[in-house]
Amino acid sequence: MTDASTSAHGDVILSHLTKSFGDFVAVDDLSLVIPEGSFFALLGPSGCGKTTTLRMIAGLEEPTSGTINIGKTDITYQKPYQRPVNTVFQNYALFPHLSIFENIAFGLRRRGIKDVKEQVDKVLNLVELPHLAERKPNQLSGGQQQRIALARAIVNRPALLLLDEPLGALDLKLRRQMQIELKWIQTEVGLTFVHVTHDQEEAMTMADTIAVMNEGQIEQMGSPADLYDNPETAFVANFLGQSNLIKGLIESSDGGSNIVSIFGHKISMPKSRSHAEDASVLVGVRPEKFRIQPAGTQMSGNILNGGVISDVSYIGVSTQYQVEMPWKQELMVFEQNDDGVPPLSKGDAVTLSWEPIFTFGLDGKEDASAGSEAHPDED
Amino acid sequence: MALVKARLNRKRLWPYILLAPGLIWLMAFFVTPIYQLLTTSTQTPGVNIGDYIQTYRFANFIDAIVGARAQFLRSFEYAFIATALGLLISYPLAYAIAFKSGRWKNTLLVLVVAPFFTSFLLRTVAWQQILGEQGLVIKVLRGVHLLGATGHLTATPFAVVAGLTYNFLPFMTLPLYASLERIDPRTMEASGDLYANAFTTFRKVTLPLSMPGVVAGTLLTFIPAAGDYINAELLGNPSTKMIGNVIDARYLQIVDYPGAAALSFILMVTILVMVMLYIRKAGTEELL
Repeated sequence: MTDASTSAHGDVILSHLTKSFGDFVAVDDLSLVIPEGSFFALLGPSGCGKTTTLRMIAGLEEPTSGTINIGKTDITYQKPYQRPVNTVFQNYALFPHLSIFENIAFGLRRRGIKDVKEQVDKVLNLVELPHLAERKPNQLSGGQQQRIALARAIVNRPALLLLDEPLGALDLKLRRQMQIELKWIQTEVGLTFVHVTHDQEEAMTMADTIAVMNEGQIEQMGSPADLYDNPETAFVANFLGQSNLIKGLIESSDGGSNIVSIFGHKISMPKSRSHAEDASVLVGVRPEKFRIQPAGTQMSGNILNGGVISDVSYIGVSTQYQVEMPWKQELMVFEQNDDGVPPLSKGDAVTLSWEPIFTFGLDGKEDASAGSEAHPDED
Repeated sequence: MALVKARLNRKRLWPYILLAPGLIWLMAFFVTPIYQLLTTSTQTPGVNIGDYIQTYRFANFIDAIVGARAQFLRSFEYAFIATALGLLISYPLAYAIAFKSGRWKNTLLVLVVAPFFTSFLLRTVAWQQILGEQGLVIKVLRGVHLLGATGHLTATPFAVVAGLTYNFLPFMTLPLYASLERIDPRTMEASGDLYANAFTTFRKVTLPLSMPGVVAGTLLTFIPAAGDYINAELLGNPSTKMIGNVIDARYLQIVDYPGAAALSFILMVTILVMVMLYIRKAGTEELL
């Protein structure tokens, strides 16, 4: 057997990858480059094709068309065991009949490596569970099994490590801790990680680059900050965090800015952040970018008058307001509780303002609610 | 106070009440016959044929073994071959039903069990027809010259082993299916992901995980096959007699109750010892 870990390396290149199951197209002409050594997340709601994409890279599904390359090596039709790719499965899929040591040694032994002890001990130390080597998987907690599944994969030093919703079965606190640990381990071992998840927070915490997937295609790809601050589609704006999307018309442009009219209010936004195809635009503002003041207060930047608070939730670090605007739209406003001023109350008349540079513009023909239905369930 | 105590007592009695029917059944139909078997086995003939007196003649056991050594060995040989063949036939079948059958799964399972709807005896008689002179099997075998023009299949060891294999096949298939079905297919995917090809995945993951089914299936086949006499009776000849036939003849034809009892007891103990050794060897003690 050849040493799979050295047989191919480099960027992972998916080109025109398509997978159909009967009439259903799970992955639709997907092209993507995953840079070597990066932590890459495929983020999307269930059924968006992210797991199918992962399984094609692992070799567990055969593409209908398109190719998968690692560096210069075409692995599209290689068998799973021939690929320098290892997977951390969603339910871990540890071998119940083998000890933890033998679980981790499995891949090394299959590649004909005789002396496995040193390498196995090393990864057991990396995941901080050296004392569990002789146990069986069913004697471990969920979090411990998760780490062993990770150890079993990275001990092979694959060109590419795939993680299929690796933290989905853990409780919230453990999940947070493992997010930090996974990121640390990735930096430590320097392997390319491709992480599939429906949890936007998980993706944003760990990944260098996120590709947001919807209906078998990539909606947008970029760093977490890029995607959050400058979403290009309503789906991304709503799926990644929350957004207020308000209908407007671009009236004129002034240098690097567009002047947009929103129900009689004139606001300004950077041209570089507008993705509208014509004058009709959806003006996007993240809830925490709004400032909220009692009506009549002098404010700067973009200003929307005439709001009335319809709901207040105090959640400690911030207060979340629902503000009903004169055009019957409810806007979300998150205000940090850092100024010692008591929160405003339901029924108060308010004015909203924000800095023009925080505005993003989407095409006016988009469905303003796209992606908000598909928002990750907090399971 | 007394009421609470009575209630507590009743609570403590419940497990015994639930166990009672089974225990009574076992006492009546297992412990008592075994005891009778043991006492009969050391008796010696009395004045009239069929009369036996208890003389604690343990040499009966030695006589029994010496007299039926060939049939004893043959029983285990046939049972072993039938079990091995059964495993070879059933494993792929159970594997296909568990992993590859899709929506046909239930239909296939019903088909596996279907032979049980007719009697064991009838099915064995049917094999006389299948292997008989007018049967298709013999025509095909003669056609390809695997069998001479005067060759026959009934009344041969082949027919006996074939009958045993067939009759106990469901006992092999069902436990195998049950244990294969419980395997998470993702462990097999994980094995492929960790550089094991299909054969290695089978050897290192699927087979070890299905061992409980292999052990249960082989036991459920071997034990009844070793004690069977119907297949040898209907499909064999005098030189294919198994231990079951000997016991049958001693009881019903020779009316040698002590000899038959001694043989039955030896058969039971031998099988019990073999099963214990086997289970220890297979490392599936949790089955016991």
